[in-house]
Amino acid sequence: MMSTLLDVKNLWVKFPSRHGVFDAVRGVSFTLGRERLGIVGESGSGKSMTGRAILRLIRPPGIVEADHINLDGVDLLRKSEKDMRAVRGERISMVMQDPKFSLNPVMTIGDQIIEAYRLHSSASKAEAYTKSLEMLEAVSIRDPERVMRAYPHEMSGGMGQRIMIAMMLIPNPEILIADEPTSALDVSVQRQVLDIMDKLVKERGMGLIFISHDLNLVADFCDRVLIMYAGRIVEVCDADKLHDAQHPYTRGLLNSLPRLDAPRDRLEVLQRDPAWSDAESVSGRI
Amino acid sequence: MTMLDVNGLNVWFGKNRDRVDAVKGASFQVAGGESFGLVGESGSGKSTILRAITGLAPDWSGTVTVNGTPITGKKRPRGFFKTVQMVFQDPYASLHPRHSVDQVLGETLHLHGFDDIDGRVAKLLDDVGLGQKFRFRYPHQLSGGQRQRVAIARALAPEPTVLLLDEPTSALDVSVQAEILNLLADLRADRGLTYLMVSHDLSVVGHMCDRLAVMRNGEIVEILDVAALRASQASHPYSQQLLQASL
Repeated sequence: MMSTLLDVKNLWVKFPSRHGVFDAVRGVSFTLGRERLGIVGESGSGKSMTGRAILRLIRPPGIVEADHINLDGVDLLRKSEKDMRAVRGERISMVMQDPKFSLNPVMTIGDQIIEAYRLHSSASKAEAYTKSLEMLEAVSIRDPERVMRAYPHEMSGGMGQRIMIAMMLIPNPEILIADEPTSALDVSVQRQVLDIMDKLVKERGMGLIFISHDLNLVADFCDRVLIMYAGRIVEVCDADKLHDAQHPYTRGLLNSLPRLDAPRDRLEVLQRDPAWSDAESVSGRI
Repeated sequence: MTMLDVNGLNVWFGKNRDRVDAVKGASFQVAGGESFGLVGESGSGKSTILRAITGLAPDWSGTVTVNGTPITGKKRPRGFFKTVQMVFQDPYASLHPRHSVDQVLGETLHLHGFDDIDGRVAKLLDDVGLGQKFRFRYPHQLSGGQRQRVAIARALAPEPTVLLLDEPTSALDVSVQAEILNLLADLRADRGLTYLMVSHDLSVVGHMCDRLAVMRNGEIVEILDVAALRASQASHPYSQQLLQASL
């Protein structure tokens, strides 16, 4: 049995609104070991909220409730905001979905990466610069010296995302939460980025939570998969058995994908069943 | 008959030290009623070709002929947009946040000099499967798939014959992607539209298109038809590599 890095039990994320309380995440439980855990679902299924709730990044009036979110046996929900800042980036780091909104538009890429690195280590500027260059090379950015001088708007989406990944990995965290890290990338670059993350999980014994809407990618890349629908986990399975998934929602998603090897005139459209969102959340704890 | 003829197209941005050649000598023909795909990684110039055709990338050379009429310079005459319309990648960014669906479609119709705008807006909404209850909504009240339907309705408003589709489903969930791809396929069948579709997803292009061009670093490395693609008969190593990655 592998060691458990993170243990989440009965997590709820609630947003009070004029029409009553909206539950974005409803009673989700799972554990994360030194593995690649995938969370898949459509937009609005609560997968990103789950990732953010772990880092306590849900802003008020949003409410996070859970029996516990344990990192090495310490409940993150009981930590002060100041202690949380020591967790974010250094122990658990998160790659957000959209580099356009996550990078500072008025700061050069280089300054941002150097800042991320020096916040968590006592390296000198020169060391941080060399380390940043190395990291950009590690995420296969061509001409990293030019990129260090550039501003985020000069980067393509794929480059922006790789820069984000470089920035998040530079403090060497134990857990990486990657929220759709590759959805803006091309298949070829996607592979490279996944390989980089894969290497980190293997070599450093990092735990990875990989949030994605891409079922094939998750089936290919992760060890275990949680499938979320309307804020709940509807199915938990081993990633290599995802294509034999039982839940009608998972099957519907798989069938709506166009496939090169099996051409069809029309794509299947997912028919939703209200019973899916009413059912109890399945536990992803081991 | 050739609807769209692109010959030796070069597109560049910036000048001197900062000059980037985004498209280098791209040539392809799209027949009327055909659906043609452009695939390649980001930065390969596939979207830039669409932008050059519509006049959104001002610096270009080569010849581009749409329905027998060559296009020139930076500006396109108004009539051009009655033939060619574009659907953008991100429906969150391509709709005016403070214009209702009715305003978005009504303004487009007005600019193209149509009468009976009221009736036409209603018909457009029905055509893209939205219905009248969406007419007075604002973009933030719509889901991603519904927004993309509005963007498609806007593109259809001037009754074009050519639609340029720039990654029309890459911002959408797979279940919604299936709905939008079905809608685009139906519209093409009903109206005999010609599609030039950009995508990084080979399986989407394989589903939607008859032929495709594989691009890399601004150059078209190979043009092949989808049947050959399915049979893994791509000859260029880069196309094979793409194919491997998407199977």
